[in-house]
Amino acid sequence: MRIRLVRSARRCGNGCPRSGGVWWKLVLGSGARGDSPQMPSHPHLATSEWTLDYPPFFAWFEYALSHVAKYFDQEMLNIHNLNYSSSRTLLFQRFSVIFTDALFVYAVHECCKCIDGKKAGKELTEKPKFILSVLLLWNFGLLIVDHIHFQYNGFLFGLMLLSIARLFQKRHMEGALLFAVLLHFKHIYLYVAPAYGIYLLRSYCFTANKPDGSIRWNSFSFIRLISLGLIVFLVSALSLGPFLALNQLPQVLSRLFPFKRGLCHAYWAPNFWALYNALDKVLSVIGLELKLLDPNKIPKASMTSGLVQQFQHTVLPSVTPLATLICTLMAILPSVFCLWFKPQGPRGFLRCLILCALSSFLFGWHVHEKAILLAVLPMSLLSVGKAGDASIFLILTTTGHYSLFPLLFTAPELPIKILLMLLFTIYSISSLKTLFRKEKTLFNWMETFYLLGLAPLEIFCEFVFPFTSWKLKYPFIPLLLTSVYCAVGITYAWFRLYVSVLTDPPVGKTKKQ
Amino acid sequence: MEKWHLMTIVVLIGLTVRWTVSLNSYSGAGKPPMFGDYEAQRHWQEITFNLPVKQWYFNSSDNNLQYWGLDYPPLTAYHSLLCAYVAKFINPDWIELHSSRGYESQAHKLFMRTTVFIADLLIYIPAVVLYCCCLKEISTKKKIANALCILLYPGLILIDYGHFQYNSVSLGFALWGVLGLSCDWDLLGSLAFCLAINYKQMELYHSLPFFCFLLGKCFKKGLKGKGFVLLIKLACTVVASFILCWLPFFTEREQTLQVLRRLFPVDRGLFEDKVANIWCSFSVFLKIKDILPHHIQIIISFCFTFLSLLPACIKLTLQPSPKGFRFTLVSCALSFFLFSFQVHEKSILLVSLPVCLVLSEIPFMSTWFLLVSTFSMLPLLLKDELLMPSVVTTMAFFIACAISFSIFEKTSEEELHLKSFSISLRKYLPCFTFLPRIIQYLFLISVITMVLLTLITVTLEPPQKLPDLFSVLICFVSCLNFLFFLVYFNIIIMWDFKNGRNQKKIN
Repeated sequence: MRIRLVRSARRCGNGCPRSGGVWWKLVLGSGARGDSPQMPSHPHLATSEWTLDYPPFFAWFEYALSHVAKYFDQEMLNIHNLNYSSSRTLLFQRFSVIFTDALFVYAVHECCKCIDGKKAGKELTEKPKFILSVLLLWNFGLLIVDHIHFQYNGFLFGLMLLSIARLFQKRHMEGALLFAVLLHFKHIYLYVAPAYGIYLLRSYCFTANKPDGSIRWNSFSFIRLISLGLIVFLVSALSLGPFLALNQLPQVLSRLFPFKRGLCHAYWAPNFWALYNALDKVLSVIGLELKLLDPNKIPKASMTSGLVQQFQHTVLPSVTPLATLICTLMAILPSVFCLWFKPQGPRGFLRCLILCALSSFLFGWHVHEKAILLAVLPMSLLSVGKAGDASIFLILTTTGHYSLFPLLFTAPELPIKILLMLLFTIYSISSLKTLFRKEKTLFNWMETFYLLGLAPLEIFCEFVFPFTSWKLKYPFIPLLLTSVYCAVGITYAWFRLYVSVLTDPPVGKTKKQ
Repeated sequence: MEKWHLMTIVVLIGLTVRWTVSLNSYSGAGKPPMFGDYEAQRHWQEITFNLPVKQWYFNSSDNNLQYWGLDYPPLTAYHSLLCAYVAKFINPDWIELHSSRGYESQAHKLFMRTTVFIADLLIYIPAVVLYCCCLKEISTKKKIANALCILLYPGLILIDYGHFQYNSVSLGFALWGVLGLSCDWDLLGSLAFCLAINYKQMELYHSLPFFCFLLGKCFKKGLKGKGFVLLIKLACTVVASFILCWLPFFTEREQTLQVLRRLFPVDRGLFEDKVANIWCSFSVFLKIKDILPHHIQIIISFCFTFLSLLPACIKLTLQPSPKGFRFTLVSCALSFFLFSFQVHEKSILLVSLPVCLVLSEIPFMSTWFLLVSTFSMLPLLLKDELLMPSVVTTMAFFIACAISFSIFEKTSEEELHLKSFSISLRKYLPCFTFLPRIIQYLFLISVITMVLLTLITVTLEPPQKLPDLFSVLICFVSCLNFLFFLVYFNIIIMWDFKNGRNQKKIN
């Protein structure tokens, strides 16, 4: 376990949005020096591109960090020092990530206790617990996003995995509390809130099932419902209360849900809308060639230039936030219904959670490609259980991780991301293959072909394309190709997971809780 | 899991660690006018590309030998020339004669680091993988763990990818040589070793064991028959490879002599800077450099070196075996390091490589030695601002070794290969049964001292009157450790191999 921490300590020197994390400390650091922390209405907020857009608990977390930061480098807390960086700042930031990752390590430990080791071989390295801990601790996506790109996701995913583990261990109240706290740290976890809500309602508030697995209405327990509601209410009050009192709630909400941003992030996350955008672009190019479209009416803005922008479609109908919400809800509904009508205990909850996360990723508004980790990490827990799940996990994880490549675009980082990706992919495929060697092969020929196709794609995008003449005319092609190719894989994994959830037979025996 | 998957993962881990370390600073970064080894390597590319071969080793208006003149054998020069061609293709400014002095940029750093990476990948890493696969009498898992530990050795990674040098090339060739000799491919092995010597003349530290081992093999085969044929073949191989490498410099006598003068600077004295060998440590008490005349210094160091390595070499000649060969490599290289003249602290890598090779046989002592060897280079690493990578890689290496070999459980007499020695000793001192206990205590003291000295050097300022206090202390402590290891390895060679074949192999 320690080796992971030790390794991430070495990642020094990278100019990515780490300044974002620093900026928040500036705002809150002004509180550390005795000024009152004035939040979203501060005039400086409009001036910087890295603005506070996470819920209040995260703000308090950064506030706490800023108090420690002043011992490292006082200058980074000066609110006028935008884009400030020094080696001590970097050191402090990186150590803070490693320190908070302790929670993630603990959560992994708890998760490993929840899976059974019936398929275990005699070797330590072939036990499912060991494989799971490696898959989680050395997850390529998490390493890249947290330790190189820089965020605090390890800590947050630790909270999520811990809440899942608590639900597996039938400690529902703790699980609910942890999830409520997590929501107020980063509101992206709203994606999976339906799964939590329905599962807790169905399997915790209704204390028993009929013998065939369907709901027994008279076993409803008001006490449990009230206690869950109380937990959520108290946590929300703690977090949003101060802003309600200051009359700043609308401002907070508008910063948390910025619908002014475009359908896609600067680099398209590999979701359904990436395919939609690509189709639109292809059709518009064809239309221009065949003189069916008027060139003057087409906006010249390139969609993937690197900063967040608005975007309108040319051929296909434009997509509004409401449309994406409806699509997401429609995609989530079948899995939620399954969770309600065919409860299969914590395992069913986990599948529903993953499907919620994936569906929101595929159809959400302004999805960041990092959101794929929301689905990949919980999926690791399923992957060491069944061969079918392992196969879906490998496809999802390999394409998901590959789609994170554009996050690291400088030349010194290129060997690192390729080496780490190879390491994780080879390890995950070979260890899962060994674990399930007695069952059928994990991939059919089509899937193998698709996964192997990632290598030529990478070679083309990073090594061939920069030296061709297309680089100036169509600079977005590598990003477009990457997101479209990965979108295919992720959609396929989502589809296969849905099929396996819908066609699974319901659990026969009742579970008294 | 299949063996090749695991080995690939181990190699990938090694490569990742190497590249991550290379993101750090290099020697002489941003320190005009002389900069450091990084600038030296760049300068050699400039010299070899722009000047004709005849002028590479001579002082001239275009080639100022005072500013990082070439002082490695011709193979290094050819390698620099190759890199220079690539540099010319990417950006000719990097090797422009005169005007590229002190050139520093991110792109150039990336290029230089890539050259080290490729050289490592082509020469050193395959040798390590093949060596571990050819180890006899241990399980597959242990072989792979062995490969992991060797690839994670911090000293080589920090010097090659941090400080900036190409030690992996010469050490890789030497390793191919060891591999060849152990598998009875004598000619290929000696060819590889000749290439190693022609890349860096410090590989001569390893030359005596090679010579004695091959001589012993010839004797065993009988000097009247096959042995004599083998001897002739080996001599021809060595001579041919030397001629091939030195061809441009054999045309004139003056060329050859000048190259030799650059390779062996006998005018420079017993030692330079702080190094963890006997002479530097002894000069704390008595300034030998100032007292004795020059030629006496050379004679004394010569005598001490050869006296300390003679027993092991004679034994190897009389009883050649791959195991004895490896241990003799260790003890010879260590003798040279401790007693020879003009030794640099980086030369400890020449001892570390053979110790890595015996990692599977005496894991506890080898791990201890490799930790001390990295520690002995601490002043150099601190100067290059490599504190964080060195601490992290050392910890990673220690954890990897401790887990792979369970070193703390393997400290009995038999596992330390000291059984025969203890038995002989007990003939005179019947109660002497606590040798492993002593060694464990010594290990603890050594580690604590190293950690303390590291902390002190990093946090405190040295007193005004003794600005080099900490470096000297580090060298002194390391030297004591190395002396202990010299005694230990010589004991193993002299005592253990008497009954080598009868003992049960422990793994």
